[in-house]
Amino acid sequence: MPNPEAYVGRPTSRVDGPAKVTGAARYAAEYFAPDLAYGVVVSSAIARGRITAIDTAAALAVPGVIHVFTHENRPRTAWLDYNYRDEVAPPGSPFRPLHGPEIQFSGQPVALVVAESFEAAGYAASLVKVEYEAAGHVTDLEVKRHEAYVPKKKRAGVKPPPEPRGDPEGAFGAAPVHVDGDYTHAIEHHNPMEPHASTVVWEGDGKLTIYDKVQGSQNSQKYVASVFGLNADDVRVVNAYVGGAFGSGLRPQYQLFLAVMAALELKRSVRVVLTRDQMFTFTHRPHALQTIRLGADEEGRLMSVRHDVVQSTSQFEDYQENIVNWSGLMYRCDNVALTHKLAQIDTYTPGDMRAPGATTGVFALEIAMDELAERVGIDPVELRLRNYAEKDQDENKEFTSKELRECYRIGAERFGWSRRNPAPRSMRDGRELVGWGMATGCWEAYFQKTSARARLAAGGELEIATASSDIGTGTYTILAQLAADDLGVPIERVAVRIGDSSLPASPIEGGSWTAASAGAAVQAACGAVREKLLGLARSIDGSPLANAGIEHVAFRDGRIELAGDPERFVTLADAMQAGGVEHVEAEETVSPDILTSMRYSMYTHSAIFAEVKVDEELGIIRVTRIVNAVAAGRILNPKTARSQVLGGIVMGVGMALEEESMLDHNLGRFMNHNFAEYHVPVNADIHDIDVIFVPEHDDKANPLGVKGLGEIGIVGTAAAIANAIYHATGKRIRALPITPDKLL
Amino acid sequence: MSPSQEASADAAGIPVTLTVNGTTHRLTVQPTAVLLDVLRERLQLTGTKKGCDHGQCGACTVILDGRRVNSCMVLAAMKDGSSVTTIEGLAEDGRLHPMQQAFIEHDAFQCGYCTPGQIMSAVALLEEGRANTVEEIREYMSGNLCRCGAYVNIVAAIQQVLATGRRSATP
Repeated sequence: MPNPEAYVGRPTSRVDGPAKVTGAARYAAEYFAPDLAYGVVVSSAIARGRITAIDTAAALAVPGVIHVFTHENRPRTAWLDYNYRDEVAPPGSPFRPLHGPEIQFSGQPVALVVAESFEAAGYAASLVKVEYEAAGHVTDLEVKRHEAYVPKKKRAGVKPPPEPRGDPEGAFGAAPVHVDGDYTHAIEHHNPMEPHASTVVWEGDGKLTIYDKVQGSQNSQKYVASVFGLNADDVRVVNAYVGGAFGSGLRPQYQLFLAVMAALELKRSVRVVLTRDQMFTFTHRPHALQTIRLGADEEGRLMSVRHDVVQSTSQFEDYQENIVNWSGLMYRCDNVALTHKLAQIDTYTPGDMRAPGATTGVFALEIAMDELAERVGIDPVELRLRNYAEKDQDENKEFTSKELRECYRIGAERFGWSRRNPAPRSMRDGRELVGWGMATGCWEAYFQKTSARARLAAGGELEIATASSDIGTGTYTILAQLAADDLGVPIERVAVRIGDSSLPASPIEGGSWTAASAGAAVQAACGAVREKLLGLARSIDGSPLANAGIEHVAFRDGRIELAGDPERFVTLADAMQAGGVEHVEAEETVSPDILTSMRYSMYTHSAIFAEVKVDEELGIIRVTRIVNAVAAGRILNPKTARSQVLGGIVMGVGMALEEESMLDHNLGRFMNHNFAEYHVPVNADIHDIDVIFVPEHDDKANPLGVKGLGEIGIVGTAAAIANAIYHATGKRIRALPITPDKLL
Repeated sequence: MSPSQEASADAAGIPVTLTVNGTTHRLTVQPTAVLLDVLRERLQLTGTKKGCDHGQCGACTVILDGRRVNSCMVLAAMKDGSSVTTIEGLAEDGRLHPMQQAFIEHDAFQCGYCTPGQIMSAVALLEEGRANTVEEIREYMSGNLCRCGAYVNIVAAIQQVLATGRRSATP
């Protein structure tokens, strides 16, 4: 019998809240060791070429400086690319810090200055003199577009475009209504508030404890062991608190390599923290040039969909994301062609940033759909209903669940969509034009192999352990809720241990899969503890549960009760005493069911409605209202779930209106590498946001029936805003961000 | 070595006395050391966060002699004799400040990294009698970036403290 749900499904406040509001929560750069030294990175001034001379004499003369590492004196590390390839590395040759004189991107680390104090290291870093021989670089994707290629080696876990279906060209020619447009967005940098940092504590005898800003402690652990030839048991990586990441911490970043290298060589503890401008020297959302061609009949039914993309990558790795498949998935269409190519520019390798691929591709598709609705002369919601996909045509599979129709209905109703005058420039509020736009969102509901351990003590303390992470997502809290309900203990008695490579195996926290995966693993471990406890309870002489199976009992308030007859019970303490044990422990591993994944597709869906107000004379855009109706299966915690979607929407507002990493193609460098010039939404940019969770039952996607929420909030948001801007102004802007100059 | 015993850690520096959360520290700091790094690295009060080091993000907000400041923009050597309140000094006798409690109740944070700065700014604004409407809260809190996007909840948390304060002021 399922246990009564005291916590799951309720808006439980974060269990890590007190630590975070008092400053007690410690992040990667906030651990200390008796002999801690400070490393500061020197970044390259050119985008491509080689170092011809590097002079560290002045830096070494600064009092307190211990050592300056460069490519000329770096310690030996592993030789093969294989050793540098982390859990989520794309195909290619991973970047190796200080490997040699070659420069592959602007801002590449060229030296690490280590000193007794941060101030001495920082000053000395400014004295390192580097001479370069620059080679020609190209950072403009448009220039490299003609060299675009289909990557030979596919990135693991990323679906390549499906084979074309039907006759897209013929159907496009025959279609009476066409949309044909080029779409693009700016390169974006993740910019979590916590800069990337690693504190490497030298424990002696080659043992290291590393506090790393990363989304997977075991990914960093394996990387460090493999690159530096260490025994994995001698490397413990801790990421108990992560100050945001949004994908920037999926792969170990170069500060980790540098800090470990210095600690091993100097045999002392070292901290390396990147500066905010250095946060613009590694992963980013890639640039993409998109073309969409839609053909439809006069009722708006799609006859042909074509979506072609050229996406930027580095010169050394083929980073790939799924940008185009959504265009074959989200709407019913029998004639579809989707292509995805890469072109290499001289930047660091791009990487996954919140809903990678979907954020990019769906923004273009959903603006194109808005254009189609206008051309056909029907409401944008009605257009989407007419083309509703009942199955996944990309893979010819049924959906495990899809309550998108309800998202449209409930979202439209809450927003007041029926009062919309479809004509552009038809609505006003004083001196501002008012626009209403909408879009669909979609993201995969992943489920990954994960292990967890549960340990219940006779005193009632329950410890949950898995190497999973909480990057602000609420992992600590949902795992505590699940465990408390499973074993019938108060949530205050549950200690959740995550963010430590020494705990049971877990993948990186990404893809919105952690709630489903770590959650199911915790539930499985708690289930095994329940079975063991019932066995002990039944073994008591004259046990009231002597004939009870696990389905006949409930765990509540520290007791195992007979369902329907709660007066017949055994306390957990008595059960353990009977068994002569002081605690009961179990570790379990959950994995996706192969047969289910072969038969079904699993996606989260949303319908987003946005209101903008535009000052016509100044071009200033305000997003005054957003309603996002999300169907994401079961909601474990409405409070933290809502926050996840809110966060995605806010980043979507940034993508639509503000965020733009500007490359100076002459220097090959991101020029606006700080928060004064790379604009992210601030408090005053954000107005009313209404998040609705549409009821959705899913008994196939994973054992918990949850679908993950970290990414769905951003998908479609930029399109809904761009469509609202069109409705307000009559100006169709297909290049993000939509800054005031584009409206004037 | 406890933080307060390290007065001679840097003989070449400048002596300063700082009272942080009621505790007096005598330190010798390098001329270029900013208050933020002194709090974090010397006093190991890491609740005050470094997000940008340029005065652009507000994560390092502390209350210095009664005023809210970005501690990354303050040279420690120029603040001899000053008094500083950081996030660690906000709770009294283990009881959370109403703003800390409101942030938890309204889920006004996710990763928690900008949170100490948000709370210090919010507390100072209310003490200054600013931020009395939603629009004012949004405007005055715009110096504190939150990349997780918790703004809606931050505003709700501050509104709650504002309302409670008004109630308690009414006899």
